[in-house]
Amino acid sequence: MSVSARHIPDRLDSGWRSRFLTWEWLLLVIAVVIFIANSLASPYFLDAYSLSDLTFNFCEKGLIALAMALLIISGEIDLSVAANMALCSTLMGFAVQFGWGTPNLVLIAIVVGTLCGVFNGALVTGLGLPSIVVTIGTMSLFRGISFIILGDQVYKGYPDNFGFFGQGYVWWVISFEFALFLVAALIFWFLLHRTSFGRRVFAIGNNQTTALYSGVNVRRTKFILFCLTGLMSGVASVLLTSRLGSTRPSLAQGFELEAITMVVLGGVAITGGAGSITGVVLAAFIMGLVTFGLGLLNVPGIVMSIFIGFLLIVTIALPIVWRRWGWLLKS
Amino acid sequence: MGGLRKSRETWLGLAILLLVGLITLRFPSFAAPSNLGEIFNDTAILIILAMGQMVVILTRSIDLSMAANLCFTGMAVAMLNATHPGIPIIVLIGIAILIGLALGAFNGVLVWKVGIPPIVVTLGTLTIFRGTTFVLSGGKWVNADQMSPAFISFQRDILLGIPVLSWLAILTVFGFFIFLSRSSLGRFIYASGVNPTASVYAGINVGRTKFIAFCISGAVSGLAGYLWISRYVIASVEVANGFELNIIAACVIGGISIAGGIGSVAGAVLGALFLGIIGNALPVINVSPFWQMAISGTAILLAIVLNARGERKKGRIILKEAA
Repeated sequence: MSVSARHIPDRLDSGWRSRFLTWEWLLLVIAVVIFIANSLASPYFLDAYSLSDLTFNFCEKGLIALAMALLIISGEIDLSVAANMALCSTLMGFAVQFGWGTPNLVLIAIVVGTLCGVFNGALVTGLGLPSIVVTIGTMSLFRGISFIILGDQVYKGYPDNFGFFGQGYVWWVISFEFALFLVAALIFWFLLHRTSFGRRVFAIGNNQTTALYSGVNVRRTKFILFCLTGLMSGVASVLLTSRLGSTRPSLAQGFELEAITMVVLGGVAITGGAGSITGVVLAAFIMGLVTFGLGLLNVPGIVMSIFIGFLLIVTIALPIVWRRWGWLLKS
Repeated sequence: MGGLRKSRETWLGLAILLLVGLITLRFPSFAAPSNLGEIFNDTAILIILAMGQMVVILTRSIDLSMAANLCFTGMAVAMLNATHPGIPIIVLIGIAILIGLALGAFNGVLVWKVGIPPIVVTLGTLTIFRGTTFVLSGGKWVNADQMSPAFISFQRDILLGIPVLSWLAILTVFGFFIFLSRSSLGRFIYASGVNPTASVYAGINVGRTKFIAFCISGAVSGLAGYLWISRYVIASVEVANGFELNIIAACVIGGISIAGGIGSVAGAVLGALFLGIIGNALPVINVSPFWQMAISGTAILLAIVLNARGERKKGRIILKEAA
């Protein structure tokens, strides 16, 4: 996505570091408020196993959101992640028909997911194409291949020990999915906020040309980010397939929009250059809390999506309106 | 620039002719005028929607909420028809366009006055509109037997040998052609996409232009909402799920640049027809319809690669990199 010139001054004058610190505090307050509201609204909410079930709501999308955050900070986007998941799952199901075991299935998902990322990355960085249209194309392509292989059929019969990834617990009520999400969040936090690679990602997102002239290999960095997003889609595919125990070509439909919502809600600028992993993790929690809490109150999933949509727009609009008001007060 | 643009549409047109020609070699009945007419009629709704999406993309925005808007307005007019069968169809169409326009204006205000990036706004309203459809209908469907005969038959009536639906598509395309090439607002839409900063200095209100573009795409979605429901005679929350990507695909294949400012009515129509012909040809040539998604994905990717080659002029690259 190209960033138009008039966005840049907005970012320079206001000291984004301090602004995004408060953004994360705001998210934390929202999360706590929703948590309290949930526990008041439903007597079933404050229970260790309920809260553990809650984590299943967001871990798969959250894993993708972590990698997507880096990609969006660098000024690109990947809309093909859910289609990538469907393709990985379909090929895993295909391999099951030949009696392949669990380690090989996981390997398939990770390799296929990463290869899809490589394909996206090669088209965007190699040919210099806009990522939003490229990934709309690969979204149709990846899911289309699943439809060609599977049609209206279902793959079942995954090995018993494959179920651990999506249904197993590592300790007490801590599910494998949740543990993996926390570990991945730590790794991505370190990668983005504590390594020179992370600094390069921010540099590219803020000003690609300056980054290039400063010796940052823009293409290679973006290519790696696409591969990472593909890899995380493969991992998420293992978790979701294992949790559902079956594969349809329509698997994970709409996940890309929810993952992007998490990223944007987490304070990552959709125009690139700013954001933090802490914000994304908090946003993932908030979305999990909202959907799970409303689920306990028997609110249908589609009505929850209204809340998620408003949450997305309001959280983006608030700081902008705020800044505009402040500007009026000063002048 | 004009010559380049012309050649792009010519190439797409030739590709479509080649496609039809190849299929006709094996299945001669495919190119029969009646079959081609049916394909056009089948693609009419996509063509109408692509016109609205094109206007939005030209201003460097994107509207992901069109299919959800279509779903909401379709449900609204279907329910209105079920409870008040006496309302004339023309009035119902007017209501559909107005509801669609209002939803589009909601997107537009958020983009113009609040300054949220279009992709975020329409990502949000996509789920809001579809969720609201569920609230409106209480999760129920409106079936064919609840709709009045006129509601269903209006777009199927034959006028001068062509169904009304096809006429509406032709009129819409013609209207957009005149609007974009002959009105000052149409030129503003191109200008604010080519270079927003220069447009502001030229006295164009870029924000307002985007707002109007979203109103147009909303109104078009509203019209398509009625047409879709009366064509497939069922209104549910699932109507046109995921169709927003087909609309964008039609535009991208038609050579509308996602970076704004480049594209033509003819291109968008050809892009939509290309998808329509593939969809109708697959059953004819005995290929499972499950291939359609992968084929349109490949077509999108090919179109971007080919179009990018055409756009790659030195001056543009420098501008893009520096922006």
